[in-house]
Amino acid sequence: MKKVLSILLALVMVVLCFAACGNTQDADQGDKTQTATIAAIPKDQLKIGVIHIGDPADGSGYSYTHDLGIQGMQKNLGLSDDQIVRQLNISDSDTTAIRNAIEDCIAQGCNVIFGTSYGYMDTMEALANEHPDVIFSHGTGYKSNGSNLNNYFGRIYQARYLAGIAAGLKTKTNKIGYVSAYGTELAETCSGINAFALGVQSVNPDAVVYVKELKSWFDPANETAYAEALINMGCDVISQHCDTANPQIAAEKAGVFGCGYNSDMTKDAPKAHLTATIWNWDVYYTAAVQAVIDGKWVEFGNYYKGVKEGLCDVSPLSDNCVPGTQEKIDAVKALYNDGSWDVFTGVKLSFDENNNVVKTDAALKDNTGKEIVPAGGPSVEDSVITGSMNYFVEGVEVA
Amino acid sequence: METIINFLYYSIRMGTPLLFGTTGEVVTERSGNMNLGVEGMMAMGAIGGYCAACYSGSLLVGILAAFCSAALGALIYAFLTVSLQANQNVTGLALTIFGNGVYLFVGRSLAKAGKFPLLSNYPDLAEKVMDKGIPVLRDIPYIGKLLFSYNIFVYVAIVVAIIMWVYVMRTKTGLRLRAVGENPGAADACGVNVNRTRYINIVLGGGITGLGGLYLAFVINGGSWNEFWINGMGWIAVALVIFANWNPMKAIFGSFFFGMFNVLMAWKGNLSATFPRVLGWLRLIPDEFYQLLPFLITALVLVFASVSKKKKSAEPAAVGVNYFREER
Repeated sequence: MKKVLSILLALVMVVLCFAACGNTQDADQGDKTQTATIAAIPKDQLKIGVIHIGDPADGSGYSYTHDLGIQGMQKNLGLSDDQIVRQLNISDSDTTAIRNAIEDCIAQGCNVIFGTSYGYMDTMEALANEHPDVIFSHGTGYKSNGSNLNNYFGRIYQARYLAGIAAGLKTKTNKIGYVSAYGTELAETCSGINAFALGVQSVNPDAVVYVKELKSWFDPANETAYAEALINMGCDVISQHCDTANPQIAAEKAGVFGCGYNSDMTKDAPKAHLTATIWNWDVYYTAAVQAVIDGKWVEFGNYYKGVKEGLCDVSPLSDNCVPGTQEKIDAVKALYNDGSWDVFTGVKLSFDENNNVVKTDAALKDNTGKEIVPAGGPSVEDSVITGSMNYFVEGVEVA
Repeated sequence: METIINFLYYSIRMGTPLLFGTTGEVVTERSGNMNLGVEGMMAMGAIGGYCAACYSGSLLVGILAAFCSAALGALIYAFLTVSLQANQNVTGLALTIFGNGVYLFVGRSLAKAGKFPLLSNYPDLAEKVMDKGIPVLRDIPYIGKLLFSYNIFVYVAIVVAIIMWVYVMRTKTGLRLRAVGENPGAADACGVNVNRTRYINIVLGGGITGLGGLYLAFVINGGSWNEFWINGMGWIAVALVIFANWNPMKAIFGSFFFGMFNVLMAWKGNLSATFPRVLGWLRLIPDEFYQLLPFLITALVLVFASVSKKKKSAEPAAVGVNYFREER
């Protein structure tokens, strides 16, 4: 029996060797034809794999909002349930787990794979080269290969500017707290804080945004503790770039106000919450899958859209907002929509008494006084906002 | 001054779940059982107690349910280690995983169905767990804030710790309990029912840790669902037992001391801004060091405890050893 088993195992190994060779050959061919277009995939042959870092069943937070986006895409395009394969709780620091999850998707026949977390980037890049016939799409990172791997993210900073308006109008102490996962070391958090502060300044030039950094993506106990410490400094609006609603709940308990993130947190803190910065991922997922169906994937390329397309937005304003907030937010949204203005430019916004936008040329400076963009200058490059922004603007202080 | 008072105030608030955990574990270990499942029992207590409180609308029911849920976990542990003689450490670790599993299963199922009870929908309950403090006394400057303005759990935790101290150190039953922890063979010879004593105290201690979980659910996380309600607090509590030298009274100070390290990272900015000369240096230390601090202190405590053992340590001699009469 043992002999038979060992022969059998040896045979399996030999077969696997050949199979592995076959794969590398495929990959070689793939490299040669990398610039070629990817053929359209008919809707009924689509199978979509989604790699989640958490479990959408949590009912709120990061994976949940991404899954809402996938569900929205499924509905918009009329795909059936068995055309979506979900891989849950895939740690983004465990390359083996990531590889297994993606290869499992491919084995199940997926031809489009979405990876939603930053740490999937390198593994997805490697697998994209190994499987040139499968389309890979990676969120929040910066790598793409011009053919079957693209990168997607959104101008969430535009929405944070809008939330900043609501906060700047609400504050009475002119001190606004901001509980952030990280600070200047990640452009994602850094640009969010800066845009929020600029939004605050558009309606309240005297207000200062005090930032406390968690140095972690999830730390619920500290998210509460940070908000409490900020409130004790005199902050009366607490904004956040972290996953749980704890900062909003702390604000509610202390009788102050706050701006949430990811999902509408009014249900968690009805007396405190003003508005949340939110993602509508279905906008991206629908556009991306539609491009695959149309055979225009390569032209579709990297995706970096914002408020105009509806990818990023603020949740409906709660009754805690002061009158005039909605009008001012709508006025700025109009600027995003016609593309005439963006946040990190040499043009500052303010509002007249009829809530009309007043544009003023003013240099964009960091909080040490160094000029980033001269007065009237154009926006910093997208690559700065997504990758190299590492300074806080004027009016932001680390607390 | 106000900043210092506030800092201490929040240290005590953050130390309270540790106090429940430590008190419970002291009682358990005094009976000669090392239950490493505090993290898991806290998780079970948190989810069971929180849901029961919301569904019934009564905080008392919530507290009882938290106690019972965690005690249920402890009962499994007691059955495995006392009756079936399973290895205590392994069973405790398994209980951690099991408790967390129960917590995630219940929480996720409710969240997925959109039925997770939000504290904001239960204003009566939310009112009861607010930091209301004691009327009149709380208005005394400084002292009022520091001593008399907490939520009800903080006072319950201290009262429970004191009662447990009296129970363990000053009663006849407590003496028997300690005897079982020191030398179960001798206790058995004196007619103490070792297994019964162990069962009762494991379940009692486990139940108390569950209240710590309920505190984390209500006060620290405000009843909003996420997967990290406990987040390592149970483990710190296990280490605190050694710091407190198996004495519930010392656990009060130990847990508030550790609470301080847990909120220091959040408060370092406030402290250094208020006292730039004396505490300005707090800001210069990298955040990563603050994240490390509670665990670093825990490690140091363990090192010092083992170096200066023998003399003063009140560690029950039979902790971690199962008692089997036939092998005496």
